[in-house]
Amino acid sequence: MDSQPPLIEARGLTRRFGPNIAVDNLDLRLAPGEILGLLGPNGAGKSTTMRMLTGNLAPSQGEVLIKGQSLHEAAVLAKQQLGYLPERPPVYPELTVDEYLRYCAGLHGIPGSRRAEAVTSSKRDCGLTEVGRRLIGNLSKGFQQRVGLAQAILHRPPVVILDEPTVGLDPIQIREIRSLIRELGRTHSVILSSHILPEIQAVCGRVMIVNRGRVVYDAAVDAHEGKNSLILELARPPALKDLADIQGVAGVEALDARRLRLSLVQDTDPRDAVVAQAVQHGWGLRELRMETKTLEEIFVELTSGDIPPPVAPATAPAEEAAA
Amino acid sequence: MNNVFAIAGHETRRIFVSPLAWAVLGIAQLIFGYIFAGAVVQYVSQSSMADTSVGVSDYVGSGLYGSATIILLLLMPLMTMRAFAEERKSGTLTLLFSAPVSLIEIVLGKFLGVMVFVLALIGLLALMPAALLPVVNLDLGRLAAGLFGLLLLTMSFTACGLFISSLTREPTIAAVGSFAALLVIWLLKMPASFDSAWAPLFDYLSLISHYQELITGLFDSADVAYYLLFTALFLWLTVLRLDMERN
Repeated sequence: MDSQPPLIEARGLTRRFGPNIAVDNLDLRLAPGEILGLLGPNGAGKSTTMRMLTGNLAPSQGEVLIKGQSLHEAAVLAKQQLGYLPERPPVYPELTVDEYLRYCAGLHGIPGSRRAEAVTSSKRDCGLTEVGRRLIGNLSKGFQQRVGLAQAILHRPPVVILDEPTVGLDPIQIREIRSLIRELGRTHSVILSSHILPEIQAVCGRVMIVNRGRVVYDAAVDAHEGKNSLILELARPPALKDLADIQGVAGVEALDARRLRLSLVQDTDPRDAVVAQAVQHGWGLRELRMETKTLEEIFVELTSGDIPPPVAPATAPAEEAAA
Repeated sequence: MNNVFAIAGHETRRIFVSPLAWAVLGIAQLIFGYIFAGAVVQYVSQSSMADTSVGVSDYVGSGLYGSATIILLLLMPLMTMRAFAEERKSGTLTLLFSAPVSLIEIVLGKFLGVMVFVLALIGLLALMPAALLPVVNLDLGRLAAGLFGLLLLTMSFTACGLFISSLTREPTIAAVGSFAALLVIWLLKMPASFDSAWAPLFDYLSLISHYQELITGLFDSADVAYYLLFTALFLWLTVLRLDMERN
């Protein structure tokens, strides 16, 4: 899929609000057929990023290309490729679901003859067929959210951008919306933001963790699985190279004078070899422990402050010190 | 252009599903009717002078349409206040900004949407003197000029109201702001009466001075141009304001 041109390409996206930097030099690519999850604590810059991707906010620096069209120079062409559900569904309480969706169809330039069909199929996809004639203001929050979602997929855009689509819903509605998003992912590319981890794991193919306006992690959602590491404490540690030569060890990192972390080649377990070597060379083994990281641990590690993010751009630690 | 009509149709629909529009139409009609009936009764009571110095079109038409300007000045801010302020407050402005439509189309659509309501209001005003048609000879050209002037005047009110509404997120502030702005431009007539070198300028800028000739049936293209330019200026300012919003 990497060979296909990206649907969305954002380069060096930066947004300042006065002295505050909400989004700092963020790069983002979305390939066709991908569900990308934007994960981050509250106020990390997820919504700001999405508002920039949809043309609701002009970036202070950087640019957004949608299917090769610049959102700044060819805004109308670029926006035709987008469906956007903001944090608050943009619905008019005084209209019925049908009236509202017909208006949205008109806004997106769906010709009159195909409008009824588009409204019907979008309602069917979002489970709104029964409530078409009801006033949006009288619907529950979950149904209003679905109306917002129906609006975003009405014109069958190649890219659907959803900002916290399950906020404020009950568990059953959350399940329904999630399965709807998975369904969407078969025919559309989706960017989804959330601060709820299981949600991202449940629906996304790729996860991007954003913290303080910067991307600190960007990998497939299961990339961390099988990537275990060994924590090793030795009374008399040898040169790092000796450890790195053990079969199955991909890298060695000294945590302090005696503690080391060995990153492992996927699906290998060199614990026996490490023990044998330790005995043979008299390293004085004190501790040996397998460490498996979950996405949650990665998330907490990357977003809870002082630890410098390992996957961040080269300039990141210096900037963080400055901030 | 289709986008403009889609937005205009939506705006009109939203205006007419709200009780506010019907309340405004009802109350306006009540006041217009009161003024109209009063003018007719007064004209009849002075029937001796009928068709000698003052004609019925003059008396009834000028009386009704002259007072209508003040009623419209009070009512139009209520009709334009929601246009952008409420959409911003409820987050629906995002829908317009994310859709493949330009800012000019958005503003023109909103403007035309409100103008449909204005046409309903002016239609009601046209019907009142028309009720006299079976019994008296009316100077239709003169009444038409008065109505046309009202239309131009409300166009200006609408454009200014839309601009003020685009500045804030509180509809009530938008209403108070548009009323104040319109009243100040209206009252430029006051310094125009002072003896000063600037007096003609103030007189030219005042919203109402251009209506006084139209209401007497004098159609001057300079007056028409004033209202059209006024409208275009404020619509353009609204586009600029919305563009600033994204930055």
